[in-house]
Amino acid sequence: MDIRAQVSMVFHLDKCIGCHTCSVACKNVWTDRPGAEYMWWNNVETKPGTGFPTLWEDQSHYKGGWELKGRDGNKKLELKSQNKIDSFVKLFYNPNQPGLEDYYEPWTYNYANLFEAEAGDDQPTAIPVSLITGEPMNIEAGPNWDDDLSGSTFYAENDINLEELSDEEREQLFEIERISMMYLPRICNHCANPSCVASCPSGALYKRGEDGIVLINQDVCRGWRACISACPYKKIYYNWKTGKSEKCILCYPKLETGQIPNCFQSCVGRIRYLGVLLYDADRAAESMKVPDKALVESQRTAFCDPFDPEIIKMAKANGISDEFIKAAQLSPIYKYVMKWKIALPLHIEYRTMPMLFYVPPLLPVMGKMANGIYTNALDNFFTSLDKSRLPMKYLARLFSAGNEDIIEYVMKKLMAVRYYKRTLDMQDIDLVMMNKMMREGGTTPEEAEEIYRLTAVPTIDQRFVIPEIQREESIESTCNPEICKGSCGIGVIQPPTRGL
Amino acid sequence: MAVVGSNVLMTRTPDAHFLVEGRHAGAKVVVFSPDFSQVSKIADEWVPIHQGQDAAFWMAVGHVILREFYIEKQTAYFESYIKKYSDMPFLVELDHTKKESLKPGKFLRASQLDSTSKIENADWKMFVIDQDSGELAIPYGSVGHRWQKTKGEWNLKQEDSLTGKKISPVLNLDKATNISTKLVDVEFHDFSDFEDNARLSRKVQVFEIMTKDGPRLVTTAFELMLAQYGVSREQGGDYPQNYDDPSLPYTPAWQEKFTGVSADTVIKFAREWAASAISSNGKCSVIIGAGANHWYHNNLIYRAIITPLILCGCVGVSGGGLNHYVGQEKLAPQASWGPIAFGLDWGGPPRLQNAPSFHYVHSDQWRYDTNFTDICAVADESHSMANGHTVDKQAIAVRSGWLPCYPQFNQSNIQIVEDAKSEGAKSDDEIIQSVVKKLKDRKLKFSVEDPNNPESYPRVWYIWRGNAILASAKGHEYFLKHYLGTHNNAISEEMAGDLVKEVTWHDKVETGKMDLIVDLNYRMDSSALYSDIVLPAATYYEKHDLNTTDMHTFIHPLQPAVPPCWESKSDWDIFKGIALHTSELSKKYFEAPIKELVISPLMHDTPAEIAQPSVKDWLKGECEAVPGKTMPIMKVIDRDYANLHNRFTSLGPIVRQNGLSVHGTHYDVDDLYDEYMKSNATKTWNGKTYPAMEEALQACEIILHFAAETNGELAYRAFQAESHKTGIDHTHLAEKNRSVRMTFNDLKAQPRRVLTTPYWTGITNDERTYSSYCQNVEEEIPWRTLTGRQHLYLDHETYRAFGEHLPTYKPRLTMHTARDLEKSSKDSGSLILNYLTPHGKWHIHSTFGDTLRMKTLSRGIEPVWLNDKDADLIGVNDNDWVEVFNDHGVVCTRACVSARIPRGLAFIYHSPERTVSVPKSKERGYKRAGGHNSLTRARLKPLFMIGGYAQFSYAFNYWGPQGVNRDTFVVVKPLDQVEY
Repeated sequence: MDIRAQVSMVFHLDKCIGCHTCSVACKNVWTDRPGAEYMWWNNVETKPGTGFPTLWEDQSHYKGGWELKGRDGNKKLELKSQNKIDSFVKLFYNPNQPGLEDYYEPWTYNYANLFEAEAGDDQPTAIPVSLITGEPMNIEAGPNWDDDLSGSTFYAENDINLEELSDEEREQLFEIERISMMYLPRICNHCANPSCVASCPSGALYKRGEDGIVLINQDVCRGWRACISACPYKKIYYNWKTGKSEKCILCYPKLETGQIPNCFQSCVGRIRYLGVLLYDADRAAESMKVPDKALVESQRTAFCDPFDPEIIKMAKANGISDEFIKAAQLSPIYKYVMKWKIALPLHIEYRTMPMLFYVPPLLPVMGKMANGIYTNALDNFFTSLDKSRLPMKYLARLFSAGNEDIIEYVMKKLMAVRYYKRTLDMQDIDLVMMNKMMREGGTTPEEAEEIYRLTAVPTIDQRFVIPEIQREESIESTCNPEICKGSCGIGVIQPPTRGL
Repeated sequence: MAVVGSNVLMTRTPDAHFLVEGRHAGAKVVVFSPDFSQVSKIADEWVPIHQGQDAAFWMAVGHVILREFYIEKQTAYFESYIKKYSDMPFLVELDHTKKESLKPGKFLRASQLDSTSKIENADWKMFVIDQDSGELAIPYGSVGHRWQKTKGEWNLKQEDSLTGKKISPVLNLDKATNISTKLVDVEFHDFSDFEDNARLSRKVQVFEIMTKDGPRLVTTAFELMLAQYGVSREQGGDYPQNYDDPSLPYTPAWQEKFTGVSADTVIKFAREWAASAISSNGKCSVIIGAGANHWYHNNLIYRAIITPLILCGCVGVSGGGLNHYVGQEKLAPQASWGPIAFGLDWGGPPRLQNAPSFHYVHSDQWRYDTNFTDICAVADESHSMANGHTVDKQAIAVRSGWLPCYPQFNQSNIQIVEDAKSEGAKSDDEIIQSVVKKLKDRKLKFSVEDPNNPESYPRVWYIWRGNAILASAKGHEYFLKHYLGTHNNAISEEMAGDLVKEVTWHDKVETGKMDLIVDLNYRMDSSALYSDIVLPAATYYEKHDLNTTDMHTFIHPLQPAVPPCWESKSDWDIFKGIALHTSELSKKYFEAPIKELVISPLMHDTPAEIAQPSVKDWLKGECEAVPGKTMPIMKVIDRDYANLHNRFTSLGPIVRQNGLSVHGTHYDVDDLYDEYMKSNATKTWNGKTYPAMEEALQACEIILHFAAETNGELAYRAFQAESHKTGIDHTHLAEKNRSVRMTFNDLKAQPRRVLTTPYWTGITNDERTYSSYCQNVEEEIPWRTLTGRQHLYLDHETYRAFGEHLPTYKPRLTMHTARDLEKSSKDSGSLILNYLTPHGKWHIHSTFGDTLRMKTLSRGIEPVWLNDKDADLIGVNDNDWVEVFNDHGVVCTRACVSARIPRGLAFIYHSPERTVSVPKSKERGYKRAGGHNSLTRARLKPLFMIGGYAQFSYAFNYWGPQGVNRDTFVVVKPLDQVEY
């Protein structure tokens, strides 16, 4: 076993309010500069929807992630975007990379016209102009174009995760009976089997040893952009000004000083959790070599119990500090992913072993229309799973590579917690019914209480368990800590040079 | 938890997580919204109710709850709650109608009975019947007890104020002992059909009482409620048979045609609602917002919703009640903020007005309006307030002292005093008498009586921070026309000429009333663009300030992270500068202090709120013209303009002399004033020394030092004062915090939670969550109403004339009655839609929505949202350009086509600026199109103009007609060619 520590994440989608504060908190700090205008290291998508860049989930087009090849006993993972020969050919030609039309043309307005227009008998206005060309432009796309089901029959209907729904089910989704939406905030998944790292011809991408953050060394990147194609989540962006690629850095300068990454700290809905997961690096790629529907459970076999003395021993042998092990034991991620099994990876069928997990949302119950009169199809007190507005099939496509049993297990547990809390406070739910819900959700009163507390009333320290970094150890590799102590500590500064 | 007309996830970003988390704690969430809004996502049930029809749904909920939880089965918790905390047990007289029948009248008053007519404020004390003795009793706590000389009787003790005996009031007369009741026909109104509102005759149980004027029939308000809701106990009359009866209000089947929601959904909801209230002792709550508020009949929507809350004992319970998510402008430390904001530390009264009335009158929107009965059904058109033109009612309201108006007269307030003096008036009293006489003789008029008289209309307009010309300007294009006299796209016709009686009509009027518009703003918003002078203001991160709202129990500091950018200055410094220059100029124009006469309305929370037991018009000779009684309060005051700056920068002596008060509850601060001066900056001028307010930070410190919310000693004193009024000791609520003092430096370290005070009705001690009216329920402090209880029955004669004395349903305006499309083209290829402007994502009204970041995260423009099938009808695709127009104006924008918007509706989220990406309108001759308020107009409901009657008395930001804007219709059609 090769035990590694990863700073991992959970997004509780039931709590997401779609405010995009995370996107703005990230944008303002990291990508508010020329060449990065169109980059949204953090974005929030409305689902059903086509996302950003448009239809990024369509790997038949973008060819991101890994493909499972080979026969039983000799299964192997190959990059979908390139094979060994390809990687040379495609150095200069990247047909699967999204273009400006898949992102959007950034714009501003000629505000000055409001003040400088010549006197006339009508009010002046500030028209949109391109931030790239400076010319007037027609705005036809943006980084959040289908927010809140805007253009729903044009965009949402083309969400590829709806593929397996029957025509009738698809149609209903855009009628009063079933219309629904949820929000999907996305940052880099900081995968444990990252296809972007594997694809880089320059070796500029790497997964950091101490916390698993995936980074691009700006000094090494030569702007080949293979990573952009290889990342199935389209979370690497090319900076046209510097000629290098950039991506989410999980605010590592903040993490290293015990601070919370921007998008996490600013999360208004309090949906985000951050903590350490221990995993077996030997199992990372291996666990991704099973059929789609087995992937979620297979991924879990790569995660390690931070309380197991054997694991702790091996972790220490691998140089993982006591602080990281303690953080792994207190980790909210471990609870959501391994203990309660209610947080799931996004599109694990891309087989990159994403290390960001989502608790799927509970959505309202569907309704019936008869002669223009609406009735909710509700049999239970709370919303129900079999009559939920978004079909389980759809959620399974997003979060369990199509395995509906896994989604159902999660949803039943979430519902059981609500029934449990209701009964505790109000005693107005039939006990037989309550016990049935608890049984089906595979939970106990103790667990339900624990889930409730971490979901609804956690403190900031419970949501974000950031491992303490031993600065002296990282300094040691380059200079004597005693000498370093007396210097200003800015480190090595090299101006980036254009890659090509 | 029911969420009605409030898109919490989108518009209450900071608090939304509590709602979501409450759900995980076991709360069920039902969202009522015509569109699948963002908050619908977290609902257990989304109820796609037709827009503006919430009252119909909730009236039916009330019907089910009354039937199942009061009549078929009795619920002890509910009954004991409404007996004590609502007006339901109070006795109401029945009046004769013109026909054979009876109709609900006023609450029976102590003044009407021989035995009680001599008690103080007998017109303002009401009766219940005691269950055990069957005798009449006058419970403590009415508005009469509030303002009587003997203090200590204004409370909610279940005792007879005449004898001090314990009482248990009767709700249902059939449960009463020792009285003989009978069934009589009583008239009720069914307004379901605007064209043909029906009179229903329903048998009601009554009994007879001997009054000074002979025998009168009376019943309890609760009996009238049952009859109004159509809940029968087999007594006969036009009662619906069962829930399935669609013909009579307010059955679950009846509401289907209005709401589009099934009867089953209503019944299930009502049962779960009441059952949850029973098992939790009232922890059911409603979040209600602008989606339900901005309709013409918004009061009826709100009343229909709060009624089931009251009936289920939810108001004043932690975790229960009506959470009104509209407006954040009420700040917590009011007592000390008020004197600074309104100059009360040096004199008064302040000149404040409800903006909708002001703009309806002065932007001349009344000229394009017809009689309000064209849109509002009433029960009795013969009442003076229940017929005619809205602006006439506004004029009556001003002269009767119900509402303020500015300018006040068709002559200067200073000149009036000069004239009176030159005619021999010596004392202030004589000046007032002379003005009253001139008003009676019509030699002097209120400006509202002739709004187009150049002597009467406003000329100078300072806009402070509000986006008053666009974002809050219902009828924006009329502002452009009549205030600014500039380009506009309104094409509607003037209609008031033949209709108005109380105000003067001129066929031709001057447009462009304002000579000067000054805007104090930190954004170049639409209002700033249209102003003559813009005073650039510091933003939130460039100045010292305090931040509180009534919906959040913390007080926050604002501190400068950087100094104000470029030439901008803090609001405080700007106003201080204006004060300084005014003082300097005054030396030239006003050598010495001068006198002026100022009128103000009969204010709520003052003895003036019991001035008018009935509506009488002095101008028509129905009563004497008595200032403060039958007409506005008049006061002659000194103005010392030369010392304006000195006064601005010093906390005046009136605070020290008179203390501070809110809602009529007062505390002394003389010792604190002296104490403050010992350790803080002072200012000395004309030989006297005052606390200095040169800097914004000093003003903040003063607010914190003198407010009960931030100074524990003052919270204690305020409760002492409250205890004196109620006769119950409430000081325990402030005991623990008595030594708390908050300074600005404390807030800098961490925002602080405001203290529990009698000025805010929640109790936040011991880390309790704020829930309004908990003090009323737990401390037996009366509500500040007529009976001191929550009112489901509103007995004011205007309410009865409007047929709104009991919760009821009135239909929305139709395209026909709204008259928005009389002159607009409606060719084929266009759609006619109901136009709504809900609160938007990333805007606080218009602020922040136009930043580049937010525009980038949306569509680069504020689009109009259309249903996909509607858009198909006119060949409009997503992101296509469209024109949205009606007689009031036009908007050119792009369409956002979405299946989550129901058919028949168009949304433009509130509110865009008219600065960015606005094309010219083909429909209006290639003039620049406008903003969302180009399509609206102000429509006032005269019912909200009444005054001098307990809770129906003017208070700034509390009472007066609102500028509603949801009942609006527009035409939408494609715009093929975009021209800028």
